[in-house]
Amino acid sequence: MKTAVVVFPGSNCDRDIYHVCRHVMRWSTEFVWHKETTLPAGTDLVILPGGFSYGDYLRSGAIARFSAIMSAVKSHADRGGAVIGVCNGFQILTESGLLPGALCRNRDLKFICAPVGLRVENAGSIVTRAYRAGERIRMPIAHADGCYQAGEETLKRLEGEGRVLFRYVDEAGEPSERGNPNGSLHNIAGVLNDRGNVAGLMPHPERCAETILGSTDGRRFFESLVK
Amino acid sequence: MSVRNEPAITPELVKEHGLTPDEYQRVLAILGRTPTYTELGVFSVMWSEHCSYKSSRAFLGRFPTRGPRVLQGPGENAGVVDIGHGWALAFKMESHNHPSYIEPYQGAATGVGGIMRDVFTMGARPIANLNLLRFGRPEHPKTPYLLDRVVAGIAGYGNCMGVPTVGGELFFDGSYDSNCLVNAMTVGLLRADRIFRGNASGPGNAVLYVGSKTGRDGIHGATMASEAFGEGSEEKRPTVQVGDPFTEKLLLEACLELMEKDIIIGIQDMGAAGLTSSSCEMAGRAGTGVELNLERVPMRETGMTPYELMLSESQERMLMVVKQGGEEEARAVFQKWDLDAEVVGRVTSDGMLRARWHGEVVAEIPAREISDQAPEYERPRSRPRYLDETAKLDESSIPVPSDLNATLVRLLGSPNLCSRRWVWRQYDHQVMVGTVEGPGGGAAVVRLPQTGTGVALTAGCNSRYVFLDPRLGGCIAVAECARNISCTGATPIALTDCLNFGSPENPEVLWTFVEAIEGVSEASEKLDIPVVSGNVSFYNETSGSAVFPTPAIGMVGVMEDVTRAIGIGFSQAGMRVALIGQFRPQAGGSEYLAAIHGKTAGTPPALDLAAEARVQSLVRKLAGDGLLKAAQDVSDGGVAVALAEMCLRPGQPMGVTVRLPGPAASRPDVLLFGETQSSILIAFAPEMEAAVRAAASSADVLFVPLGMTGGAKLVIEGLIDAPLDHLRDAHENGLKKVLEHSRAGAA
Repeated sequence: MKTAVVVFPGSNCDRDIYHVCRHVMRWSTEFVWHKETTLPAGTDLVILPGGFSYGDYLRSGAIARFSAIMSAVKSHADRGGAVIGVCNGFQILTESGLLPGALCRNRDLKFICAPVGLRVENAGSIVTRAYRAGERIRMPIAHADGCYQAGEETLKRLEGEGRVLFRYVDEAGEPSERGNPNGSLHNIAGVLNDRGNVAGLMPHPERCAETILGSTDGRRFFESLVK
Repeated sequence: MSVRNEPAITPELVKEHGLTPDEYQRVLAILGRTPTYTELGVFSVMWSEHCSYKSSRAFLGRFPTRGPRVLQGPGENAGVVDIGHGWALAFKMESHNHPSYIEPYQGAATGVGGIMRDVFTMGARPIANLNLLRFGRPEHPKTPYLLDRVVAGIAGYGNCMGVPTVGGELFFDGSYDSNCLVNAMTVGLLRADRIFRGNASGPGNAVLYVGSKTGRDGIHGATMASEAFGEGSEEKRPTVQVGDPFTEKLLLEACLELMEKDIIIGIQDMGAAGLTSSSCEMAGRAGTGVELNLERVPMRETGMTPYELMLSESQERMLMVVKQGGEEEARAVFQKWDLDAEVVGRVTSDGMLRARWHGEVVAEIPAREISDQAPEYERPRSRPRYLDETAKLDESSIPVPSDLNATLVRLLGSPNLCSRRWVWRQYDHQVMVGTVEGPGGGAAVVRLPQTGTGVALTAGCNSRYVFLDPRLGGCIAVAECARNISCTGATPIALTDCLNFGSPENPEVLWTFVEAIEGVSEASEKLDIPVVSGNVSFYNETSGSAVFPTPAIGMVGVMEDVTRAIGIGFSQAGMRVALIGQFRPQAGGSEYLAAIHGKTAGTPPALDLAAEARVQSLVRKLAGDGLLKAAQDVSDGGVAVALAEMCLRPGQPMGVTVRLPGPAASRPDVLLFGETQSSILIAFAPEMEAAVRAAASSADVLFVPLGMTGGAKLVIEGLIDAPLDHLRDAHENGLKKVLEHSRAGAA
């Protein structure tokens, strides 16, 4: 798996994702600076990492989408190449139109760093194939703008086409209000594009891919990509 | 020397700059003439208490600062200690109390930004932040607002930087009503042979200005931080700087990238007193001079004067000395990161700090003299009278609560003992994928993937103890931090201090300051934990009323195998629970006495440093041998609160049933909630009991079996029988109640 981790000014989970891809998954992994106009030759997977691109001073992801590298990322996606956005990366993907919807300020207006319960909704995607459908897992979130919003039509399509990847759930495994940390519509934590090659999520699988960090629930997210 | 368009120097102007007549005479002696307006500004900030340590320097030499691991002691931007395998840690703690009281969000945010710059100027990548916060009584009208905004400011800056905030301490007391404390600590990782220092050597080398443009913000911030508050302090808001963590993140990455090349001679953060202190200190350390062309400084506003440029405390700026000929290579790195980088001057051999403005000399001061000849005061000290009053505590006058279960619930929900989850949920404590033990325990543990080793980090100080006995309190502050680190299995190796006190001009305050230094030093020596960096914050008082003396301690420890790290939580049923060390609970100085009986009195629990060293060494050995499942010391709230915290720590709480040692106490409240030193609760698998007992016996440490984990209650036989969900509700909702004071007040 040849992986390119895009570094925007203000990215701060770039090194974390790199660590997991390179040292846990043992993939060939490179950083790609946002001012580049092309991806390294032979790139299979592009990851947009978490962080605060451009400080999130405008709207999360709203400036990063104009970075030079983003046209190469779009072309990669157009060719059917895999693109993943985690946290700020997810925000950049929605801002750039590669994924539907938008991520707004959390319901309680505060940054939240906490483990959350998730239910795997679609276990057939490029990032969820190693999970079982309906499986309950835990992953950490760390964001201020993670409240997923989309129009009714979009939501209907996402739900109808099985493009909701993960949903926030409570201790009983139910997608309740209580289990919803940020107010996301339909408790959506991650979605897939219509072609199935672009995925975005707010939780951080790279933070739970090693035993020493207390959970390996995120490991299978990466394993799915090579399954 | 006179400069066009600058005000004439008058006695009034000198006074406005906070210089005493004696100090002004010193200025005249150093210069041999009347200073220019810019020079007056330079002396004013350099000789402020904040920058010159003029009232504390005479006493700071007491700290033990040497040790085989110490690569850099006090005097640099941060201390550095060797952690083996070719790696080192750079760390320091600093106060941002005054700005945070005036403008809590920006004050706290820029405090975090400033300390991170101090650490990455040493060549270290910051790997963890911690903080120590003090606010007034929860019912004070400003407390909820300050707490909410300070926490948001710390989160806003640290989260954006991508550095996890892994621990801290929060404490409320009326002495902080009008003077909160915000102390921020950063720990960074660097190669032991790649330490950068603030050094302007090599005449002809370029002085490079890097980072944000200079504005008018924060002019005389250092001077403000050196005065006590009175009426109208909020009007000082314009002296508080505004933080831009995004620019600092770029600055961090650009500096670390440039440090990989071999062109940086010296580097220093432009923090308090900005361009003035960074250039003076770098030249002073190297015995060189620096010539600055101020018109080349990147400016945010038009019409700025040399005076303003020298004194601005605009954030996210660095001063660097780069090898002659390396200027373009340096500039290219900063351009990549879209940062301003300008050559603003050169290193000279004449020892002068010379500032020019379009060619005209506006300041010319011998750089070394400005620090070497800074005033130093050994002001009068006297033992505070209150100590005689507080020492008188008649335990029998304190009623024993009729319902001990209810008292435990009250304590767990009280402002100083309740869960801080509301706070640390707002901090990204997991970024950098290193956090093995996060906030909420005694010490945090961060792994170093490079080596498989771990570092344990903590910050704390029982300031009530320091108030009741400054020397013993200082001693305990160090011992408790070390104990927290030892409980993870790590060995404490070095500490930083942040000494928050009232006015040094008050003899009683200065006495407590010197006593606290003595206490910190004693414990540092006996426990072999040198002091490698530090900060003094005086004038933490408003209208003559000082805060509790608060010598905050930040400490780092190391463990060879991070997979052996121990947390505080009871994670499994059927584990044996025991106490190692001493157990001599007393009411004096306790949180129980303050929270339940409204009394700050008595003296802190006695501390025997030799016994302390033994119990810490034992707990580290037990952890290192893989015998332990959990460990936590008995501290504020006593053994009952410590046990409750161990039950509540895991995601799924775990009960415990214990019997406390000794005959049925006549003071069950003191037995349960009283405080003691050198006492650690441990949990281990039943089959390990013989090994644990043997290790304790050969270490000459008392081992007392207490009971077993299991069930959904905390049971202390004959005294406490409480369902964990009740305890958890109280514990988790305590801080929300503090915050709701404001909403109730506002409504």
